[in-house]
Amino acid sequence: MTNQAYYTYLLRLADDNLILGQRLSEWCGHGPILEEDIALSNIALDYIGQSTNIYKQLASLSNDGRDEDAIALTRMESEYVNALMLELPNGDYAVTIARQYYYSSFYLLYLDHLKTSSDVFLSGFAEKSIKEVKYHLQHATDWMLRLGDGTPESHSRLQHAVNGLWPYLGELFNDDELDVEAANEGWGTSREALRTAWTDRLNAVFAEAGLTVPSEAWYHSGGRKGRHTEHMGFLLAEMQFLQRAFPGAKW
Amino acid sequence: MENQALLERFQNYVDAENKIEAKDWMPDGYRKTLVRQIAQHAHSEVVGMLPEGNWITRAPSLRRKTILISKVQDEAGHGLYLYSACETLGVDRDTLIEELLSGKAKYSSIFNYPTVSWADIGAIGWLVDGAAIVNQVSLQRTSYGPYSRAMVRICKEESFHQRQGYEIMIALAKNGNEAQKKMAQEAFNRWWWPSLMMFGPSDAASAHSGQNMAWKIKRHGNDELRQKFVDMTVPQAEYLGLTIPDKDLKWNEATGHYDFGEIDWTEFNEVVKGNGPCNKQRLQTRNKAHDEGAWVREAAMAYARKQQERQAVSAA
Repeated sequence: MTNQAYYTYLLRLADDNLILGQRLSEWCGHGPILEEDIALSNIALDYIGQSTNIYKQLASLSNDGRDEDAIALTRMESEYVNALMLELPNGDYAVTIARQYYYSSFYLLYLDHLKTSSDVFLSGFAEKSIKEVKYHLQHATDWMLRLGDGTPESHSRLQHAVNGLWPYLGELFNDDELDVEAANEGWGTSREALRTAWTDRLNAVFAEAGLTVPSEAWYHSGGRKGRHTEHMGFLLAEMQFLQRAFPGAKW
Repeated sequence: MENQALLERFQNYVDAENKIEAKDWMPDGYRKTLVRQIAQHAHSEVVGMLPEGNWITRAPSLRRKTILISKVQDEAGHGLYLYSACETLGVDRDTLIEELLSGKAKYSSIFNYPTVSWADIGAIGWLVDGAAIVNQVSLQRTSYGPYSRAMVRICKEESFHQRQGYEIMIALAKNGNEAQKKMAQEAFNRWWWPSLMMFGPSDAASAHSGQNMAWKIKRHGNDELRQKFVDMTVPQAEYLGLTIPDKDLKWNEATGHYDFGEIDWTEFNEVVKGNGPCNKQRLQTRNKAHDEGAWVREAAMAYARKQQERQAVSAA
């Protein structure tokens, strides 16, 4: 593996988690019930914590004087390589839960494969993060059932949400040259290879929740290459505000 | 009328430093006061999530973001167990929340001030949580058992909150650049007086003080606690190199305390009445979250009912 490939691979993982954590943290103080303010904050903390661990590793790898905050909070938009689904606005609670379900059910499988990575950092990271993500998936699944099989309104909102996010899923499962290289060399894992197990679980959960599985095959992509949605600029404007207003300041 | 003998027995029991528990007999006034006070405290935690939550997405570093989310999350937790403490007195959480949302119930006025810069997050942790700790340490010995125990637990977390606030202020006021120092001083200027107001009106003007002290709901007077806070905070401000926005503040050798200037009670009363900078905004935000969450809560209840019915059917 080249240093550049390894670096980018880690960066994708870190950006996915940071951007989703940032989005989830917007719920803090605004949740539908206090228990959910607590649960979503917990999950946001896990994602941001996971991303921090990776950014620290990246800082030590690049050894160019940039610390984890400089990497996480001062890049240009086109240098962020997260999947597009994770930067989309939270929407209503159904959209947030649908995204949590889609992402955590993917991510758990991904980490489970990454546990066997030949790279010590990645396997350790996966081992440690799996415990957290199991809880995230449990939380999301519980709410998929409550909303899907709750009231007609919650059902219709959730169906709308799972449909709306569906065209962003392909990007999570797409193997580009980097994923193929990482999987072939044994330090990363194929995303495409996770699809069957992921679909099996999805079908079961959707059936229990009374949801229709969308069938559209076409999907949005570009996040991995730094081509983002219009929402990303605003997310970054908030997230980077102090770092940009006071370059080099310590906090 | 309440039985005089019961009242006397209650007073003796409290005087002997016993804790009153949920199932014990208590005067109606005692119950009413506690419900009001604990509910106000719970509401303060919940509304208090908003001014600090305002900076979560803009926190300047990953570490600060993480700490701030944890802190606001703690406040949600405090709100939960204070609502539970209230429920031991026979008032359920939905009723209490309804009173908050309608504007009937009060919460700490401090949260009606805006957080306009990152330094406000430091100032809130240091000053607002600092003042809350002074109050709550005193309340750990309050006569109602469930409230007292909630306070013990909450105080532990509040001291972490205060430390993180002070740490933010050190980074800005002591170790920061000129712009950060200015930011810190401005935030200090904004939060100093409202923090002193947190202890409530002077004892002479306080409506409930006398009876609450006798029942040992309250263990120390407002002025005594306020003085304690000033004495504790002034040296901390000096260490930070901040100027205290009070020309009358000076050390009094004779009393062993800091003298400080007159609090602007007109401002205090206006904010309590609803005319603070953010009163309407805070309530609107809470109402919006509650209204937009209604269908989620309904779905959860509907699902729970269905599950119960299914279990009943499968058990039959």
